[in-house]
Amino acid sequence: MERRVRRRYAAERRFRLFGLAAIVLSAGFLLFLLVTMMANGARGFVTTEVALSIDFPAAGLGLTPDRIRGPGGDLALAGAQLDAVVDRAAAAQYGAIGPALFSDGADTIVRRALKADPRLAVGRVRLWLPAASDVDTAAKADGTPLAEKRAQVLTDAGQLRTGFNWGFLSGSDSTDPTAVGIWGALKGSLLTMLVTLALAFPIGVLSALYLEEYAPRNRWTDLIEVSINNLAAVPSIIFGLLGLAVFLNTFHLPRSAALVGGLTLALMTMPVIVIASRNAIKAVPPSIRDAALALGASPVQVVFHHVLPLALPGILTGTIIGMARALGETAPLLMIGMRAFIATPPGKLTDPSTVLPVQIFLWSDEVSRGFIEKTSAAIIVLLVFLLAMNGIAIYLRNRFETRW
Amino acid sequence: MTDKTILNDHKMTARNVSVWYGAVQAIGDVSIDIDQDKVTAFIGPSGCGKSTFLRTLNRMNDTIASARVEGDIRLDGEDVYAREMDVVQLRARVGMVFQKPNPFPKSIYENVAYGPRIHGLASSKADMDRIVERSLARAGLWGEVKDRLSDSGTALSGGQQQRLCIARAIAVDPEVILMDEPCSALDPIATAKIEELIHELKGRYAIVVVTHNMQQAARVSQRTAFFHLGQLVEYGQTSDIFTNPREERTRDYITGRYG
Ligand SMILES: Nc1ncnc2c1ncn2[C@@H]1O[C@H](COP(=O)(O)OP(=O)(O)OP(=O)(O)O)[C@@H](O)[C@H]1O
Ligand SMILES: [Mg+2]
Repeated sequence: MERRVRRRYAAERRFRLFGLAAIVLSAGFLLFLLVTMMANGARGFVTTEVALSIDFPAAGLGLTPDRIRGPGGDLALAGAQLDAVVDRAAAAQYGAIGPALFSDGADTIVRRALKADPRLAVGRVRLWLPAASDVDTAAKADGTPLAEKRAQVLTDAGQLRTGFNWGFLSGSDSTDPTAVGIWGALKGSLLTMLVTLALAFPIGVLSALYLEEYAPRNRWTDLIEVSINNLAAVPSIIFGLLGLAVFLNTFHLPRSAALVGGLTLALMTMPVIVIASRNAIKAVPPSIRDAALALGASPVQVVFHHVLPLALPGILTGTIIGMARALGETAPLLMIGMRAFIATPPGKLTDPSTVLPVQIFLWSDEVSRGFIEKTSAAIIVLLVFLLAMNGIAIYLRNRFETRW
Repeated sequence: MTDKTILNDHKMTARNVSVWYGAVQAIGDVSIDIDQDKVTAFIGPSGCGKSTFLRTLNRMNDTIASARVEGDIRLDGEDVYAREMDVVQLRARVGMVFQKPNPFPKSIYENVAYGPRIHGLASSKADMDRIVERSLARAGLWGEVKDRLSDSGTALSGGQQQRLCIARAIAVDPEVILMDEPCSALDPIATAKIEELIHELKGRYAIVVVTHNMQQAARVSQRTAFFHLGQLVEYGQTSDIFTNPREERTRDYITGRYG
């Protein structure tokens, strides 16, 4: 008797220990992932700038404040050879290596500065311009020894500064790692997810409701059930091929568009939502349905007043899982052409766009050293997006949770 | 079987009703009349089909896929199982209290207000408040819950939940009330309250009460039906059944020899 009690306690302790070990292990992995990502990615959010003095009248551009403000000012600015001006000023200030200190996109910053304040054109001004990629990495102590020494000299002279890279949050893809931004991909992901959610959630929930509450139990519904279960297990790349065949080749929807991406991911997410919703609906006690029916509630009222509210937390959990999977999906989107180089954020659903995981995939493939930290930074943005999405869903779930 | 002389004002009639669960017959060839303004008690050993028969009266058996009902059941002469009978309307007229308490996981107020709301019985918030208060008071629950109407109905004790379910059923003002062992989870005081309620309601409704409590059947009902193994063994005036049963099996059951 006593021995059995002792054995039971031991089994209890062992079980608790295993559970704890499993949790510690998974928490450890998560922590490791987050710490390495943060360590690498944090630098992606830092920009390096080098000061440059430009004497606009001496550059012979013929730009005056009145011309810039007047009609055709934009055209005049666009036509001005500002890249040459930057190169000449850099050579004058820093010698032969000067032009190589600045990013290829530096002239864009100068143009923007002139447009914002045309009075700059009348004299000599000191502007902070983005540093070239190797200067940038050197300033973050990750460059070649020579470049790092040069960066140190510039810093000591007060000609180099670092700051938060707002451009990364507002820009799009670029060939120059110092000029890339994540906003284009983020917006693409947002639009794609909206399409996915708008399609998969209502269709998935309604299918589940119909199958559980209305459909007769027969061979057809069994077949549908098996098909849906199988669909949830189909590798995502197959859905990409399906999207390519159906949406692009048959319906001729635009290639690389968030609309097509969303449609494809909706196909993939719907079975997950259907299965989770059916389980949640099944878990609603039949006595609640009986109670409502016996009061004279119609079947539709029973569903919308009682079954759906009680099943909603479970449905939302399934939706989170499905959407999180869709957000991280790369392969099916490559199939429908979302791997293109896209330098402007999509304005509408049919514009060519990319999404965060594809952007990460593309950047991780780049040879330039500057893209490494940008890849990590993009991963951080993706994770934050994921956490925000899950946070909203968990908040909603807790709001609808019923205490029995 | 049925004593035609005492049964006149029939609210519901059942003729040759049989119920199957799949291939298993649970009710065989039952004919019975439920009278207006009377309380009818169904008694019988566990598993004899009292609940099953009760559920045929408001077609709650429709929700069980395997259940099949044969025979003729009428409410005020209308065929309950006719194609043109609106089940929703029928259940609003024939209310039910289940054997196991099943309050909605909503507030006490919402539990009671739900029926009147879906049937549009209240014209205003004040009207609804009145209906809720009256229903809870009749079910003998008002005093206990009047200060916590917004608490969840599922947070009440088992007996309180059952009274809440009764309040919920009478809030829609049905014509017939079917009660499946409404007092099985109640203490003697709450039971007395329910019996009082049944007394009070019988003037206006036809009431059917399933009970395992012989004293209760004798106290509250005017008619008693004894079921055994899916058959209606005896049906008649309660006083006759309890003092002078015609069937041996009835006598054995009410004297506690089996059941
Ligand atoms: N949903 C069901 N499916 C299959 N068989 C059922 C179902 N409900 C009841 N039965 C069977 O029908 C018979 C009658 O059951 P019923 O619930 O009507 O008995 P009862 O008289 O109400 O018993 P109790 O007094 O214990 O409540 C029983 O043999 C039971 O096993
Ligand atoms: Mg029963």
